[in-house]
Amino acid sequence: MADIATTEPRSTEPLPMAPPARIGDGLFKWMTLLMAASVAALIVIVGWQLWKGSQLAVHKFGFGFLASSTWNPVREDFGALPFIFGTLVSSLIALIIAVPLSIATAVYLTELAPPRLRQPIVSIIEMLAAVPSVIFGLWGIFVMIPWLRGHLFPWLEKFFGFLPVFRGPIYGVSMLAAGIIIAIMILPIITSVSREILRSVPDLQREAAYGLGATRWEVTRIAVLSYAKRGLCGAVILGLGRALGETMAVTMVIGNRPEIAASLLAPGYTLASVIANEFTEATSDMYLSALFEIGLVLLGVTILTNILAQLLIASMGGPRSSRAVQ
Amino acid sequence: MTMQVGLAYHRWRKFKSLIMSVVSFVCALLVIAPLGLVLFYLIKAGANAVNWNFFTQLPKSVGESGGGMANAIVGTLVLLGLASVIGVPIGVLGGVYLCEYGSDKANWWIRFGADILNGVPSIVWGIVAYALVVIPMKGFSAFAGGVALGFMMIPLIMRTTEEVLLLVPNGYREAALALGISRWRVIVRIVMKTAFKGIITGVLLAAARIAGETAPLLFTAFGNRYWTHNLANPISALPLQIFTYAISPYDDWHRQAWAGALVLILMVLVINVGVRFLTRERLSETGR
Amino acid sequence: MIPHLLEKHRETRAMNSPRPRGSASASNMPEHQGEAPSADKSAPAAFLINRLNAWFGQLQALCDVNLQIPSTAVTAIIGPSGCGKSTFLRCLNRMHELVRGARLEGEVRLFGENIYAPQVDATLIRRRVGMVFQKSNPFPTMTIGENVTVGLRLNGIRSRAVLAERMETALQMAALWDEVKDRLNKPGLSLSGGQQQRLCIARALAVQPDVLLMDEPASALDPIATMKIEELIQQLKKTYTIVIVTHNMQQAARCSDFTAFFYLGRLIELDDTEKMFTNPTNKQTEDYVTGRFG
Repeated sequence: MADIATTEPRSTEPLPMAPPARIGDGLFKWMTLLMAASVAALIVIVGWQLWKGSQLAVHKFGFGFLASSTWNPVREDFGALPFIFGTLVSSLIALIIAVPLSIATAVYLTELAPPRLRQPIVSIIEMLAAVPSVIFGLWGIFVMIPWLRGHLFPWLEKFFGFLPVFRGPIYGVSMLAAGIIIAIMILPIITSVSREILRSVPDLQREAAYGLGATRWEVTRIAVLSYAKRGLCGAVILGLGRALGETMAVTMVIGNRPEIAASLLAPGYTLASVIANEFTEATSDMYLSALFEIGLVLLGVTILTNILAQLLIASMGGPRSSRAVQ
Repeated sequence: MTMQVGLAYHRWRKFKSLIMSVVSFVCALLVIAPLGLVLFYLIKAGANAVNWNFFTQLPKSVGESGGGMANAIVGTLVLLGLASVIGVPIGVLGGVYLCEYGSDKANWWIRFGADILNGVPSIVWGIVAYALVVIPMKGFSAFAGGVALGFMMIPLIMRTTEEVLLLVPNGYREAALALGISRWRVIVRIVMKTAFKGIITGVLLAAARIAGETAPLLFTAFGNRYWTHNLANPISALPLQIFTYAISPYDDWHRQAWAGALVLILMVLVINVGVRFLTRERLSETGR
Repeated sequence: MIPHLLEKHRETRAMNSPRPRGSASASNMPEHQGEAPSADKSAPAAFLINRLNAWFGQLQALCDVNLQIPSTAVTAIIGPSGCGKSTFLRCLNRMHELVRGARLEGEVRLFGENIYAPQVDATLIRRRVGMVFQKSNPFPTMTIGENVTVGLRLNGIRSRAVLAERMETALQMAALWDEVKDRLNKPGLSLSGGQQQRLCIARALAVQPDVLLMDEPASALDPIATMKIEELIQQLKKTYTIVIVTHNMQQAARCSDFTAFFYLGRLIELDDTEKMFTNPTNKQTEDYVTGRFG
């Protein structure tokens, strides 16, 4: 029974294992690094290609491009103002409609809804986010526009026609139609991100307010909404970023007329729509270059908006990403 | 007197609270209503146009009935395949880097960049692919469409992969390394394997998202009324075809557009719902 | 000092092979504090640690640690929370350096070779020095059998025969074979907590390490499972060198042949377990083992 302590480190023969993969480790690390670096490469590629392609137009028109409202392919005289106007106005309308609805829904989902209702509503919103733009456009053309033309617009003109924004001939396809359809499309993202932000508000805030005898609404207003102000602004601006880039549904309902009109019932045109419609019909290099430049403007505006939104959301220290809807 | 005033004000506050609850509930209803409206019309207008012809026939000329969108459906699948070849390896491996390697600072910038890329409008990707592929190839092609869509997939998949890998508990990495297994094998054979379902989920969601994209294809894949036998030629895709038919003046094409839309949304929703179902299962497996 | 502990300790020791023991014990001069009792000098030390210092960023976790860890014996590392026990353990299989910002200086010789020499591959060291963690972590995507052989498979061994044989041996050594031999293809997570920990031990043993490091292996287990693990340790020490970190002094007294007491990153005393708990040389040690602090 007396066991002597063995002096050998091993009692059996060593196993035939492969040598450690030093090269494999290094290779793998560099390969994944390369892939991650593709992000930087893509940003450079996008910026560079758009910049390069728009040089022709940039040299001819300079900054006047942004201020000119002429869009004449025949005379090769191009100006982006109608599209900038159209993009901004349609996005603004969309925000005016979507933001109150979204934030109220986010409040409902985080503070007021019975737990059993939450998941179904959230799921429906996620499904709404998954609907492709072109399908909204299709629905817009055949369902929404006829209804607008037949019901809402005449009503608006009748009761609010004294305002210049609701005057003029009714076609159905219009800036307002585009605004409404964009609103429907940005509802999910603003709702989801807002919800994440509201959820990240510490319960301590709410409890403190309740402890002071506040009603539910007061708790929400004082403890939650004002705490989450910056994050909610971020959510709204994120929605704006999406709105600015919407293409298909807008193209199908906005009327595609490159003119600046005072009335929301008049057709319009956006940066994304003109590219979608006319890119394949650009007959000359200058024409194509002008469209590239429009793409560049669109890219610039969208990126700036997104950066602003990300910074606002990050400053809340809450949810890291705006990826709440995927 | 003061008590009564106090009471009245209190009742007013409670009333206000109730009103706001109702208002927010109504808002929630308004937010989810559009989905119902859209689906309702899709089914109503599209259901009877979805028939065997639709899935097997090529588009017919105006006036002829019985055309279908077979080539568009196949085209979408082909484009998804091409896009995945670009998007999946780069996205997944990039996500691996973000999770397993890299410094905090560099990774923050990469994530920031990926989020920026996710915000680039899809039509801009079309322009980029046009410049990179269509111009040198002197023509529209499935490759160009695949490149546009693939570029869109990269930042999407990178972020979802990273998030899923971060969920793998560190204990597994430690245990595997303590067995003397090389770092890259630990990552691939243990960590990624554990997170496999999540990675696939991210890929499928990205695929569902870009399957519905039209704008980047307008001047890359361009569309095709016939079968595409060569990927260097233009190719049809479901959303493209829907768009072309929708803005046309012909009723029969409108009907087919609705049918196409119904098929497209079913595809997208089935993937989304299916994926979320899978995810729920996985969460309960790990006991969270 | 702690009579009931010592009873148990003597019992356990009597059950196992009596080791050649001398009466001389280590002097309490700081330079010799890490030396094992002289009678065991015939057995090579599994580990020889010289002037080991370790940092997490700016925070120094280990200061100037010098000791020897004898082979085919159980050495327990005890000390209050934050004293550096786990850090020390992780320095023995080059796991410490995996933490971002971690740094290490000094020499750790495994059967004579410095594992921190520049040309040494850490992966190879980790094959020779196995580790079992506090929380059992069988890989969730693998079956019981796959869990045991993962160290072999992912290190290049393909032969089914070899894998099957090693798996059975490892499971036998971990006292788990009888319980799982009929369900080797069930998921690793389907076992109970104590069984999972033994599975992790089998997994570590399958790659045939020389040393087995155990970081509070039973702290998450119930008393019966704990007892099984401790019995296992007594069996394993006949073939392997075992270093076990434990915050449970009774466990150290029961299981180990030698005990090292760490405090605030320094080795205070290393001694025969019996001596450590009955007549420690250092006052701090005495205070700790009698429960005056920590």
